[in-house]
Amino acid sequence: MDFLTIIQILDSTVRLATPLLLACLAGLFSERAGIFDIGLEGKMLAAAFLSAAVAAATGSVWLGFLAGVGASITLALIHGLASITFRGDQLISGVAINFLAAGLTVIVGQSWFGLGGRTPSLSGDARFNPLEWPLAETLADIPVAGPLYAELISGHSILVYVALLAVPTSWYILFRTRFGLRLRAVGENPGAVDTAGISVVRLRFTAVIICGLLCGIAGAYLATGLAAGFVKEMTAGRGFIALAALIFAKWRPWHALYACLLFGFLEAIGNRYQSIEFAGFILPVQFMQALPYILTVVILAGFVGKAIPPRAGGAPYVKER
Amino acid sequence: MERMPKWADVLLIPLINLLIAFALSGLVILAIGKDPVVALRTMVQGSFGSTNGLGYTLYYTTNFIFTGLAVAIAFHARLFNIGGEGQAALGGLGVALVCLSIQWPHWLVALPAAMIGGAVFGAAWAFIPAYLQAKRGSHIVITTIMFNFIAAALMGYLLVEVIKAPGSMASETSPFPPGASLPTFHEMLAPLGIEFNRNTPANVSFLVALACLVFFWILVWRTRLGYEIRAFGQSESAAIYAGINPVKITVVAMLISGGFAGLMAINNVMGEAERLILNSVEGAGFIGIAVALMGRSHPVGILLAALLFGFLYQGGAELSLWENIPRELVVVIQALVILLTGALDGMVRGPVEKLFAKRKPA
Repeated sequence: MDFLTIIQILDSTVRLATPLLLACLAGLFSERAGIFDIGLEGKMLAAAFLSAAVAAATGSVWLGFLAGVGASITLALIHGLASITFRGDQLISGVAINFLAAGLTVIVGQSWFGLGGRTPSLSGDARFNPLEWPLAETLADIPVAGPLYAELISGHSILVYVALLAVPTSWYILFRTRFGLRLRAVGENPGAVDTAGISVVRLRFTAVIICGLLCGIAGAYLATGLAAGFVKEMTAGRGFIALAALIFAKWRPWHALYACLLFGFLEAIGNRYQSIEFAGFILPVQFMQALPYILTVVILAGFVGKAIPPRAGGAPYVKER
Repeated sequence: MERMPKWADVLLIPLINLLIAFALSGLVILAIGKDPVVALRTMVQGSFGSTNGLGYTLYYTTNFIFTGLAVAIAFHARLFNIGGEGQAALGGLGVALVCLSIQWPHWLVALPAAMIGGAVFGAAWAFIPAYLQAKRGSHIVITTIMFNFIAAALMGYLLVEVIKAPGSMASETSPFPPGASLPTFHEMLAPLGIEFNRNTPANVSFLVALACLVFFWILVWRTRLGYEIRAFGQSESAAIYAGINPVKITVVAMLISGGFAGLMAINNVMGEAERLILNSVEGAGFIGIAVALMGRSHPVGILLAALLFGFLYQGGAELSLWENIPRELVVVIQALVILLTGALDGMVRGPVEKLFAKRKPA
């Protein structure tokens, strides 16, 4: 394996990790506030569809982006309504949202475009195009550092950098602001937060909306940045890999970045090689696909450091009378 | 606390939920410029109007009874088994291995063996998440989701690399021997003088599914184990205080759950395809969630809900054929049913309870 191949694999690792990272941080906000969300997949899918559809219709990727984020936030509000207002089962609500998005995107897509659930392919201003960093062309010839700069750091769409910046931002919001402290508290002990005179319902709804926003960005990136248009079921389980990464990261922002980069790397390897020879064994591509899930089960089993979710996660809060 | 009559709880609430789900789906159909009434007529005609349609409806119903029972038994122990999809896929592997192992003399011999194969493989796939939940406290919802994906990868690997029929282009096993071929409704009903379409996949597994419903009722409400499962589901601490072993109940309930899901394979793998193909479960494991929620985890409810989804599935296929409305409409209805009966239950229940409280002042 030569240097250029390594750079290319790392480059596609960053691209593939981006939607995972955004969705993972989305889940982080929601679950830290005590709202389990297995509907990340559905929200991403809805955002991917609507962003591509609107971008195709208007020719503007930013209008598409707004529409996609709007779709994701709408689904997030349904989840909030079910799990906060009506104190329903958060897991069941998440399952329902996944199916709702899977069904509606195809029905509406077929009705609007008649392409069997696809949107027309996007080009030009209807897509998030790569940003060339200054001097990327000129510096590309410098050995090692040149390709590293030109290929790996420069040349991604803006949403990739947004996702990377979202990591320190999330860390700062959650661990260095009053809002973040309250948000984490509401996921551990909502009763205490309520006693302090802070609205549990409002905090949890805020968290759910942030989750919708980040899932929306993830979906928009999938359809208008990573790919050039929406295809049926295009999230392909990424929402669940993000969930796996969240557990892997034990609900911490920086670790979420590492987990998503690892899972993105696995996907990049799986895309490039059909099977890999490793220490005398042939690893089939299906093993690479299953590896994020297997690793998560191992982590969940507590054999390699125990993953403990926020204590009040999954439980609706009933105010005392 | 005001209580409403039992009939309202088991009949009225699900019906209202269903009506809302249908009304919303009707709006979706309107929104894409089609006529909901025509759509409904097409669905009813296509799924009950002929023995061909009926055969498909009952075939799907059979699948959903098995997966519905799988989710329901776990619900009784307050466990949410999302892994029916993976467990049913592994059940398919078990059934295929049994059917391909020898030249079966007669289906009456092959069927019980295949049932054991499917149930054991399905249960085995549920065992690890169950054990991790019981012993290590890993959340069963997350682990069963992960196991669905691991199952998909495993089945993909096996069907492409290991058990693929030699010389075949498609990723599938060799066809099962004739002795493992289950009688279809056509063959079963012909001696009775009833003409049933010979091309439909409905087969003797439907009767097995009905027997499983009875077995489920006896198990849950008439045995010590069923009592322990329900007690554990109602209150874990009370059950432990009463001497019920939480590890045992969690594992046993999940094994039964996985077993039911795995049993589905006698219908779709042995009864219909007669060989193991890629993605043979086709989402039936997830529909089990809607069926169990809608049927309130009771065999009668599960039968009715499975029939409803069988109708929706077959009707949905007809819709895509005649009305150019994608099959995914069924997925939307399924989502709305799960949302309304499972998560937004309080939205309907609250007003209805108030209504009854007003009518009958205590």
